[in-house]
Amino acid sequence: MNMKRSKIIRLTLTYLVFAIMAVIIIYPLVWVFGASLTPGTSLTSSSIIPENPTWDHYKEIFNPNESLYLTWYWNTIKVSVISMLSTVITVSLMAYAFSRYRFVGRKNGLMTFLILQMIPNFAALIAIFVLANVTGLINTHLGLILIYVGGAIPMNTWLMKGYLDSIPKELDESARMDGAGHFRIFWQIVMPLAKPMIAVVAVNSFIIPFTDFILAKVILRQPEQYTLAIGLYELVSRQYGSEFTMFAAGSILIAIPIAILFLSLQKYFVSGLTAGGIKG
Amino acid sequence: MSNEYTSNHRKIATILSIIPGLGQFYNRQYLKGFLFLILGFSFVIAFWDFIDIGLWGIFTLGTQVPRDNSVFLMVYGIIAFILLALAVIVMIINLRDAYKNGEKRDMGQKLNSVREQYHNLIDSGFPYLMLSPGFLLLLFVVILPIVFVLLLAFTNYDLYHTWPAQLTDWVGIQNFIDLFTLDVWRETFLSVFAWTVIWTFGATTLQIALGIFLAILVNQKDLKGKAIIRTILILPWAVPAFVSILIFSGMFNESFGVINTTILNFLGIDPLPWMTDAMFTRIALIMIQTWLGFPFIFVMVTGVLQSIPGELYEAATIDGANGLQKFRKITLPLVMFSIAPILITQYTFNFNNFNVIFLFNSGGPAMPGQNAGGTDILISWIYDLTMTTQQYGMAAAITMIMSAIVIAVALWQFRRTKSFQEEDMM
Repeated sequence: MNMKRSKIIRLTLTYLVFAIMAVIIIYPLVWVFGASLTPGTSLTSSSIIPENPTWDHYKEIFNPNESLYLTWYWNTIKVSVISMLSTVITVSLMAYAFSRYRFVGRKNGLMTFLILQMIPNFAALIAIFVLANVTGLINTHLGLILIYVGGAIPMNTWLMKGYLDSIPKELDESARMDGAGHFRIFWQIVMPLAKPMIAVVAVNSFIIPFTDFILAKVILRQPEQYTLAIGLYELVSRQYGSEFTMFAAGSILIAIPIAILFLSLQKYFVSGLTAGGIKG
Repeated sequence: MSNEYTSNHRKIATILSIIPGLGQFYNRQYLKGFLFLILGFSFVIAFWDFIDIGLWGIFTLGTQVPRDNSVFLMVYGIIAFILLALAVIVMIINLRDAYKNGEKRDMGQKLNSVREQYHNLIDSGFPYLMLSPGFLLLLFVVILPIVFVLLLAFTNYDLYHTWPAQLTDWVGIQNFIDLFTLDVWRETFLSVFAWTVIWTFGATTLQIALGIFLAILVNQKDLKGKAIIRTILILPWAVPAFVSILIFSGMFNESFGVINTTILNFLGIDPLPWMTDAMFTRIALIMIQTWLGFPFIFVMVTGVLQSIPGELYEAATIDGANGLQKFRKITLPLVMFSIAPILITQYTFNFNNFNVIFLFNSGGPAMPGQNAGGTDILISWIYDLTMTTQQYGMAAAITMIMSAIVIAVALWQFRRTKSFQEEDMM
């Protein structure tokens, strides 16, 4: 009887904790949804769902004459996809070379990658800003993509190399016996087996432009070039509060697809992280 | 070995190859020699002037305005050094090749035919071919900027020493001296550094503790609805962080934010100065980062908990252990052991967590008597020095100090992980 009572108390307390957590987690999201339905540009009512809700802000956002939101969305997707493809290609090539060949400079190369991986990519913030000015890459997406790809190489190459090391070398050797060339073994034997890790690298590099703020803010100067992160920040900070309702609508439209994508890919994502992270 | 040589081809070929290709001609490998010769000549023709200007520029940083732009000259200088390094590598390959083939001739062996050379090149060159695109990108996008920051820290590059009006000069370690001797710099640095440390430990420890606590709660066997609970708990990770931070900065806004107008009002508390009093901004920031960061730890710990075999707990129960003992002696050590590397990366992540500081309140509110905001951490202060006040030299010096800390922590962590000791990894 005592056991049963303590169990009930324990479970009730647990559910209570989760109820509180659920409120803390969901409340901001509901609040911003309410804000996005508020007419006008600033928040005045204190109730969570406004008295006369309106979809006007969503219409404004999709109207190119009133907001650049669609341009920012497109910019972000463009930068994301291009840096994802470039990262996957360069990382696969490098990781394959490090994993399968023994050549002069290999050890030093791997060591350099380890050290580079420890240096946060914005440690060179000032240099990136000045260099972008020197080379004329300031305010271009190309400059941003180059920085994202370069910054993603060291860590992802280590992840990918670790995975390729676990693919048995006998496979490539038997293919070589059958007369397959270097590139063919890479492309037709090893890469198909490395698909799970390719997916992890792809996701890793795809989300960078959606989450990075500092580098994009340094490189991109004109509103037409902004990615979503800076665009939304400018909406909020321009004159504080004055565009908050529009920002709210914009943030809902970015948060929902990303959250759905994340939740559905979560399993793979997490397994990749634990494989790379816990093994160290 | 040496007395087996009957001739001196290897030495002659090596000496001749100081002009790339001649040694190969001497070894009668005309095609290869021709390629080396072309490579050598085109390097000299294409880059001679550039290297000349670069080397001159990096030492003097220019001598007259407006002709010389010191910062450009510095970049040229670094690139000149990179080009020279590449040239040295090619030169070594060239000399080695001439020596090896000369040695073969000395020992009376037949040299490889053009066809064999081609296959050799493909075999040993393939990994380099695969590495080259990524390597070049790293060289110019990652390594070049890092070297540039290192050098900038020793110059007086700022708003007043900028092209076209002024030259920038090497000033040795003056920036570091200023940072620790001039009152305004020293006080700002110390208070920013102190807050960075408090922030790193406060926010990270809270998010770790909350993550572990929730993971253990969810892992209770008799709990119903785990799937939905987990999904809700991961939501803060699924929503892009910059969106959540901006939402929070709206919620904490002093005039229309829901925290002051609704929640505190409901609890009967007067509105608090979240954005204008540094203490409250700091409290808000730590709470927000806990909100943002705990799901990651939660997911990691859940993974570990699910892999702990149930027999361990059964054995402990038989030995008469109670719930708390089981937690302290079994669960906690196992969890800590497996996620320790991740925990350290969490600390370094928050040490550099620019987004939450900048997006919430731009590092503000402003503080009297110092040139950083009340919640500026090192990285956001560096951003301000670069983008707002344009004190590049000082920003670079602070960057160096900050990077040294991060690298020291990373190296310490790295030496403890297994992969460093495993021979095969390297």
